[in-house]
Amino acid sequence: MSWLFFDITLPLLTVSAYAYIYKYMNSPPEFVGFVILGGAMTAFWLNILWAMASQLYWEKEIGNLSLYLMAPVSRMSILAGMAVGGLFMTSIRAAATMVIGVLIFGIALSFAHPLMLVLIFVVTMVSLYGMGMMFASLYLLLGREAYHLSNLLTEPIYLTSGLYFPVKALGFWAAAGASIVPMTLGLDALRQLFYPGSGSEYGFLPVNVELAILVILCVAFLFLSKYSLDFMEKLGKTTGRLTLRWQ
Amino acid sequence: MTPPAVEVKDLTRVFEPKKKKEGKSVRALNSVDLRIERGELFGLLGPNGAGKTTLLKILSTLLLPTSGKAYVAGFDVEKDFNAVRKRINMVSGGEISGYGLLTVKENLWMFTQFYGMKSAVAKQRIDEMLVEFGLADKKDEKVRTLSTGQRQKMNVIRGFVTDPEIIFLDEPTLGLDVNASKIIRDYIVNWVHSNENRTVLLTTHYMMEADQLCNRIAIIDDGRILACDTPKNLKKLVKMNRILKLDVTSLKDTAHFGSLPGVEQFTFQDDAEKSQTSLKFILTDESAVNEIVSEVLRKGAKILSLQKTEPTLEDVFIKMVGKGFE
Repeated sequence: MSWLFFDITLPLLTVSAYAYIYKYMNSPPEFVGFVILGGAMTAFWLNILWAMASQLYWEKEIGNLSLYLMAPVSRMSILAGMAVGGLFMTSIRAAATMVIGVLIFGIALSFAHPLMLVLIFVVTMVSLYGMGMMFASLYLLLGREAYHLSNLLTEPIYLTSGLYFPVKALGFWAAAGASIVPMTLGLDALRQLFYPGSGSEYGFLPVNVELAILVILCVAFLFLSKYSLDFMEKLGKTTGRLTLRWQ
Repeated sequence: MTPPAVEVKDLTRVFEPKKKKEGKSVRALNSVDLRIERGELFGLLGPNGAGKTTLLKILSTLLLPTSGKAYVAGFDVEKDFNAVRKRINMVSGGEISGYGLLTVKENLWMFTQFYGMKSAVAKQRIDEMLVEFGLADKKDEKVRTLSTGQRQKMNVIRGFVTDPEIIFLDEPTLGLDVNASKIIRDYIVNWVHSNENRTVLLTTHYMMEADQLCNRIAIIDDGRILACDTPKNLKKLVKMNRILKLDVTSLKDTAHFGSLPGVEQFTFQDDAEKSQTSLKFILTDESAVNEIVSEVLRKGAKILSLQKTEPTLEDVFIKMVGKGFE
């Protein structure tokens, strides 16, 4: 269970650094809460990039991919299972980061809209992991080169998705562009719900609008993941590289 | 009328390099025609790179042909792949599938669920097969703790537990000891004979295995089927030839043996430990024996043993392919 310690402690250290910066600068109290929420979200983004996206690649390397593809089972269901597994493990880490962060920094969060909170979280996760499922096919095609993509997408997305500050600060168009990553709008909406009244000053879009966009992203990424999976499989079967290792 | 288990018509598969500088394209299968009836235990023999695994991958829907057609249980592998997948399974030698963190039983159960087996039925079948393969005491052990032989037995169970109509076995006993190999072979034979609707397509390097197990064998090399018949009929192809085996003291120069009159094929094997060379000849004319013996003596070697034998499947293979297995 040592992974629990490392998976929770290390993100908390990053979050704490930002939290102490905001406290030192006498920033509005909700900023520390924003940072804690953002820190929790990083867990999901890292899971998408470094686990979900490379899932099919590693299944190929360990010899399972050919067995999965030979079986009369929906490929999306296999990926969905992997997504659920990743989501479950990451949620533990994210929840622990949040709870400990809230306790350490004495954050007061509002639970006035619990159903909306759950809905936003669920839709964000479905669309985020739909994106991850799409990446899984892409990473399978790219092979080992895909790790460069993961490196490229880690820190820049922390910035552009507003993990440690309200994304509104980037300006409308930058924030709009960053909204292609479901985490951006999901995090913004959660912050507005946990801190009612902060939306007008720190929120990017109204929560209802963000929810609607997230639903669209949900459908889009699930469709794209199905399409890219079918495309990847057909291309792999045509070129003969579907189960070729060390590509 | 029930369609054959496998039917392949003019099947060709060409692999293009990823980049031009990586080399030329490879024609792994070249206009292959094959028909395997239901209930057969069919063997596919060939050296490395002959196209055996490529053929299996096409039949198991992992690879598309470049041209030609392939049907499994009457279904086109390109268009009706889902129907094919419901009826097949595949086990490869040296397979490392599964998850090391799961137990043997958990791994096997997981794969049964991909084939829509009812959980209770799957668990019962798994328990029965674990006993049959001598792995009952390992069912709750993590897969990563298994030895190579145990792992391969688990792989074989994974392939058969779903009770497919047709199973593709790609060198299933590769690297296994005698006992483990025997258990797997016995299971394969019993399985296919216990139900006339079951078919096995087996690729192997082990001539004895193909000879003993298979109803029919196809010899493949360089992407082409060179011969396809029962083991008995295949051996008749070299019936008119005699096989001569000599063990001689270490012989460095074997240059001229292949060109001696009456010698159709010649192979040799050096045993550095025993300081011995084994020479094997397929003869068209028995009178060549004198010339061979004289040549050995001329080269300064001594004859340790001399044996004339009936053709084996290996001899058929050498005649067809022109070389033994590497």
